[in-house]
Amino acid sequence: MSRRFIPKVVTANRLREGDVVYLTADDRWSPFHHEAELIEDEAHAQMRLLHAAAQKLVVVGAYLADAKAGPNGPEPTHFREEFRTRGPSNYNHGKQADYA
Amino acid sequence: MYSYSEFDEAFVRERVAQFTHQVERRLDGSLTEDEFRPLRLMNGLYLQLHAYMLRVAIPYGTINPRQMRQLAHIAQTWDKGYGHFTTRQNIQFNWPKLEDVPAILSALADVGMHAIQTSGNCVRNVTADHFAGAAADEIEDPRPVAELLRQWSTDHPEFQFLPRKFKIAITGSPNDRAVTRAHDIGLRMVRNAAGEPGFEVIVGGGLGRTPMIGHTVRDFLPKADLLPYVEAVLSVYNTLGRRDNKYKARIKITVHETGKEEITRLIEERFAELRPLFGGNDQKLLAEIEEAFAPPAFRNAPTDAYDAFYKADPVFRAWADTNLHAHRNAQYAIVTISLKAHGETPGDATADQMRLIADLAERHGHSEIRISHEQNVILPHVHKSDLPALHAALVKAGLGTANVGLISDIIACPGMDYCSLATARSIPIAQQIANRFDELKLEHDVGPLKIKISGCINACGHHHVGHIGILGLDRAGVENYQITLGGDGTETAAIGDKTGPGFAYDEIVPAIERIVRAYLDLRQGPAETFLDAFRRVGMDPFKAALYDEEGEKDAA
Repeated sequence: MSRRFIPKVVTANRLREGDVVYLTADDRWSPFHHEAELIEDEAHAQMRLLHAAAQKLVVVGAYLADAKAGPNGPEPTHFREEFRTRGPSNYNHGKQADYA
Repeated sequence: MYSYSEFDEAFVRERVAQFTHQVERRLDGSLTEDEFRPLRLMNGLYLQLHAYMLRVAIPYGTINPRQMRQLAHIAQTWDKGYGHFTTRQNIQFNWPKLEDVPAILSALADVGMHAIQTSGNCVRNVTADHFAGAAADEIEDPRPVAELLRQWSTDHPEFQFLPRKFKIAITGSPNDRAVTRAHDIGLRMVRNAAGEPGFEVIVGGGLGRTPMIGHTVRDFLPKADLLPYVEAVLSVYNTLGRRDNKYKARIKITVHETGKEEITRLIEERFAELRPLFGGNDQKLLAEIEEAFAPPAFRNAPTDAYDAFYKADPVFRAWADTNLHAHRNAQYAIVTISLKAHGETPGDATADQMRLIADLAERHGHSEIRISHEQNVILPHVHKSDLPALHAALVKAGLGTANVGLISDIIACPGMDYCSLATARSIPIAQQIANRFDELKLEHDVGPLKIKISGCINACGHHHVGHIGILGLDRAGVENYQITLGGDGTETAAIGDKTGPGFAYDEIVPAIERIVRAYLDLRQGPAETFLDAFRRVGMDPFKAALYDEEGEKDAA
C-alpha cells in the first residue's frame, strides 16, 4: 500500500545569522517560503535534502517540511512552519519586520 | 556579593578563548555542525526557531548593577535591545549572530559572568530563593552554599557526562520560594533540635513529562557535610542513572525505579566513603565565600514618610501591598519589580529598563539585585523611606505594575514563539490572560493566584506546580491547551490535576476566566485563596464551570 506523498520544501537556518531559509529550485537559499521549491516526489526530496545538508558553511539543520501549493508559491501546512515564515508573535521581530 | 577570584577569572577567560577558536573553526569549515553542536551547547548557545539563542547564567539569581548594565549593553549591541529572564534564573538573548557570540562572552567575562553549563548533561545553574539574604523568615543566607556548589560543579571532571541535566535549588527559609521539591536536588534549610542550621535534602523531584515531587533522603544534614553529601548523590546517580533512554535518564526516574529506601542507603554508603576525603578545605573556602555575602550596612532612619505615603496614595498602596515582602530589618522592605506589565512578555526587560534598575539599585538598594525564577527582578534591601521615590521612578519606566503574586504575574516559557522544542505558543496566552483580567479589574479581588504556562511537556514554565497550570500541545496540527489545577511549588508542593480535554488557542482565555469566576462564586471569603478553595472543594465545581456550559463544543 502506498501512501500519497505530502509535498515538501527544504528549510534550514543560516549558519552565521540563524535566519530561517528555504531551498529554491535554482539552488538559492531564500528567506521566503513562497520562493521554495515545492517537492512532490519522495526520491527527489531526499536528493534535495542531501544537497542542502552538504552546504555546511551556509546552513544548519536542514530538513523537509510539509507544504502545499498556493497562489503565490508553496505555503506551510503546520503552524510551526507558519511561525517560522514570520517570526515571534510578541514582537515585530524577524522576517515580519526585516521584509515588511 | 561574591567576586571572581583570579582562578575564576582565568578559567572563564580561557573558556572564552577556546570557544572563540571553535567558532572560527566552524565558520571556516574545519568543524562540522555535528562536531560543533556539543561545543556551542557547553557554552550556552542554542539554535532556535528563528535565530540563535544565548543563555547566560545568573548564579543563584544574584547580580550587581555593573553586571546588569553589561547585560543591557549586550542586548543593545548584539541583540534587539532586550533580554528574557527565565524560570531558572538565567537570561536569554534571542537574536545573537554566531560570529558575535565570542564578543558577547568576552563582554560577560569582563563583569564576571558566563554561559558555562547552561546547557548539556551537567550540573546547571544552582538556583536559590530570590529573597535570600533579606527575607524575614530566613534562617541563613543560602547563597554562600550555592556559590560553593557553583565552584565545585563547574567543570567537575566526574560530572561532565551525567545521564541527563541536573538541577539544584536551595533555600535558606522554611518557606520554600525556590521550588526545591521539584528539583533533582532540593536543599531546604532547617534547624535541628539543638538549633543548629542544616539542610533537609530532597532528591528526585522534577517536572517535565513525568512530574514528581522529590523525596526527603535526609531530614537534617549538618552544613559541614553538604558538599560530600551532594557529591554522594551525584555519584550514585552517575552510576545508576539510565543512559539508554533520554526520557528515563533524570534522577527522578532513578529514584522511582530504585526506591526511596535503597537510594537513600546507597547515598549514605557513598557519603561514608566520601566524607573522610573532604579534609576541611571546602569549609575554609565556604568561610571565605560567606565573608563576600556579608549584609550591607543597613541605614537606621525613620520610616514615617513611608507610612504617610502609604495612607495617602492608593496607587502606591496597591503596589506596596503586592510587591513588597517582609525584610529581616523592620525598617527595610524587599521590593519585587514586576516584569509582567499587562500585555507584555513575562520576564522581558529592555536595555533601558535594565539600566534604570541598575541605577535604582545603586540609589536605593545597597547595589543589590536579584532575579527570581518567577521572572521578576528583586531589590532585596530598600529602606522604607526610599520606597515612594523608587516607586515613582519605576512607574515612569513601565516597571511599576502592582501584580506580584496575582493572576497576571504569570510564568511563561518562550514557547513556540522562540523555542524549537515547543509544541504551542505560551507568551501570547500569558499576554491575553493578563490583559483580560486587567480589563475586568478583577485581579486584586481574586488575590493570590499563580498561573504557569509551558509550551511543551518539558515544563520550563512549571505548569505542574501552578495553581492553574496551562500546557500547550500540538493536537493534530492545531495548538491545544491542557489545564491543571491545584499545583503548588512551595514547601507544600503538589502536582496539579488535569481538568479534562484541552482548549483551542482562542478558547483558553475564556476557559481560565470560567475557572476564576467559579472560584469567586464558591470561596468562603476573600481570605480563602484559590489554592485553599481548590483543596477544600476539589476538582468538580471547576470541571462543571469549564465543561458544562460549553457542552460538547470544547470536548475536543
